[in-house]
Amino acid sequence: MSHLLEINNLDVKFDTDEGRITAIENVSISLDQGKVLGIVGESGSGKSVTAKSIMQLNPGNTIYNDDAEIIIDDENVLKFTSNNDLKKIRGGKVSMIFQEPMASFAPAIKIGHQMIEQLMIHKPLTKKEAKDISIDMLNRVGIADAEKRFNQYAFELSGGMRQRAMIAMALSTMPKLLLADEPTTALDVTIQAQVINLMKDIIKEFNMGVIFITHDLGVIAQVADDVAVMYLGSVVEQGPVNEILKNPMHPYTRGLINALPDINNLDAPLTPIPGNIPSPLDRPNGCVFRTRCPHASKEGKEENIKMGLVEVKPGHWLDKCGVDCGKK
Amino acid sequence: MSKNIVSVNNLSVSFDYQENFLSKKQKIKAVNNINIKIKKGSFFGLVGESGSGKTTLGRAILGANKISTGNVIFHDDDRDYDLTSINSKEMKEYRKKAQLIFQDPYAALSPRMTVRDIIAEPLEVMKITNSREETDEKVREIASKCRLNLEHLRRYPHAFSGGQRQRISIARALVSNPKFIVADESVAALDVSIQADILNLLKQLQNELNLTYLFISHDLSVVAHVCDIVAVMYLGHIVEMAPSRDLFSNPRHPYTKALLSSIPSIDPENKSKAIELEGEIPSAMNPPSGCVFRTRCPHASQDGKEENIEMGLEEVEPDHWVDRCGVSCG
Ligand SMILES: Nc1ncnc2c1ncn2[C@@H]1O[C@H](COP(=O)(O)OP(=O)(O)OP(=O)(O)O)[C@@H](O)[C@H]1O
Ligand SMILES: Nc1ncnc2c1ncn2[C@@H]1O[C@H](COP(=O)(O)OP(=O)(O)OP(=O)(O)O)[C@@H](O)[C@H]1O
Ligand code: SF4
Ligand code: SF4
Ligand SMILES: [Mg+2]
Ligand SMILES: [Mg+2]
Repeated sequence: MSHLLEINNLDVKFDTDEGRITAIENVSISLDQGKVLGIVGESGSGKSVTAKSIMQLNPGNTIYNDDAEIIIDDENVLKFTSNNDLKKIRGGKVSMIFQEPMASFAPAIKIGHQMIEQLMIHKPLTKKEAKDISIDMLNRVGIADAEKRFNQYAFELSGGMRQRAMIAMALSTMPKLLLADEPTTALDVTIQAQVINLMKDIIKEFNMGVIFITHDLGVIAQVADDVAVMYLGSVVEQGPVNEILKNPMHPYTRGLINALPDINNLDAPLTPIPGNIPSPLDRPNGCVFRTRCPHASKEGKEENIKMGLVEVKPGHWLDKCGVDCGKK
Repeated sequence: MSKNIVSVNNLSVSFDYQENFLSKKQKIKAVNNINIKIKKGSFFGLVGESGSGKTTLGRAILGANKISTGNVIFHDDDRDYDLTSINSKEMKEYRKKAQLIFQDPYAALSPRMTVRDIIAEPLEVMKITNSREETDEKVREIASKCRLNLEHLRRYPHAFSGGQRQRISIARALVSNPKFIVADESVAALDVSIQADILNLLKQLQNELNLTYLFISHDLSVVAHVCDIVAVMYLGHIVEMAPSRDLFSNPRHPYTKALLSSIPSIDPENKSKAIELEGEIPSAMNPPSGCVFRTRCPHASQDGKEENIEMGLEEVEPDHWVDRCGVSCG
């Protein structure tokens, strides 16, 4: 059976005044219908760029490599050029919940109006039907007085309401593939739990595939089937969520888990991964994590490692480094 | 005992709401009769339901939202600023002393300015420095405190990761030498490792520069770690307020209990110890009478006596304040 989504050997670079930035290097992931793939990783590791590549939403200064493929329904999205082709994915087969909810609502148009409009572009609905669906969705994501909120502008909603309105808008078109970029960061935990349950129901009901980007490992544990851990544009570890969180092998994954504040031990100091993430302009050669890795060798042999995932246990993929030198 | 730096007295903030231009104007009471005192040098945490009024409260304290009733007083070393009767010259002075750290390090930094110019802007806008040399001096000083390299100052923000950008925002907020900082979801966009790093930095700067923070966050484990005192908001009201340890080890209000139980566990097998709240989330446009939490409270009485309760905090233990409900029927 073919996958709902397959990304092969994706590199993404940006041309900037200061030179060419490598945002993604050699990423390959696949996703089946009805499954949730979590992506976690440091800020700047390329999570949003990966999602935007699927929607073809990266700006004009973006450069993809020639042999990269992003395949949805047997078509390589990277080869799409016409607006009609792009319309099939954007808001049609694929919906995205953006990391910055403010950016996805036009400031001068009421949120209800925007929801109706985008539904009617993709579905043969009357205005009345589109309105009913939109209000129903707003209710389902826990927005009280949805009919009134419908008539407000984005700036009049609190951060968490905007985020829920965006979730409602993305779900209302019932896409095959949902890209959710930090969808619940602005929510308090009780509403977060409610919204996650709602998303799970809808994912199941419509057999959607979901890419769920978050830095909250707790949320990943609750929603994802599989998880990919990214660092500086590369996937360094990947596998079933249970396995990765219980048995992390890459030094970066371990560092992330170790940095979680422990609510049961308030005296424990907060322990960040030491050092700074290198600028994407000076991406380390060899192992990308070597400049901060506590296990890096003295003689610097990681500089010449060729990166790539290796299956260390069934389903558990690890960057080659972990195999060569990641042993504690 | 240390002095207060901010006193919020019976503060309410309302927004107008009109369904269309023919219909009657209604009010959304975003912040409803709130009283808090923020001690000098404290890390004051504000958590609570989405839409409960945290941002509005923070902005009102900074003078960025209109106060409907009540007042906010900032106690500086030599004088008080009453934000309800402040003139525009005093407001300018106050803006130097109280600053906001933005939530979104991506949106907050102009892509066309160098890091040096971004950090220097408040100094120039507020006319704090008199020469370019003086400005540069101050920028360098605060940049190094925020652990930015001098070579970073020449670069543009896109070359930086989220964590570094957040340090740039912090440097910008601190360059005018403020005494009080509102940090609204300032680490929400960051991954856990950078979060830990930024929080350590905020703590360290607090000591070095004698800062006071109002720290708004959804992340309860973060709040538990960094804040000395925490207030929990629900629908415009503070329902509980206590020193962090007390609050996290001995929550009293049913909403606080539900919040603490809902923190997602990183153990995928440990899915549901959460107290699930039933019922619709009520709207600030049309809040329940009496106890604002009653429509979702698992302990609400059958006879609906909460409908007529008058809300208000009571001190149940030294410094541990709970909404009256918790005392009478929680
Ligand atoms: N349009 C662009 N031009 C230049 N560089 C860019 C552009 N968009 C993204 N980048 C860079 O690409 C890298 C990856 O960015 P991306 O937004 O995917 O990170 P992320 O993993 O989503 O981080 P966060 O958790 O902070 O959202 C970053 O270094 C970023 O600065
Ligand atoms: N400019 C505005 N005009 C109208 N209503 C507003 C405005 N700003 C806020 N509100 C309303 O005030 C209430 C409180 O909003 P606020 O942004 O303070 O909540 P919050 O606690 O910060 O929520 P979140 O955690 O989701 O950010 C909400 O009902 C919101 O819709
Ligand atoms: S290759 Fe070496 S430096 Fe890189 S993550 Fe593995 S142990 Fe660390
Ligand atoms: S007054 Fe009653 S309904 Fe309100 S929080 Fe207390 S127990 Fe719950
Ligand atoms: Mg992102
Ligand atoms: Mg807010």
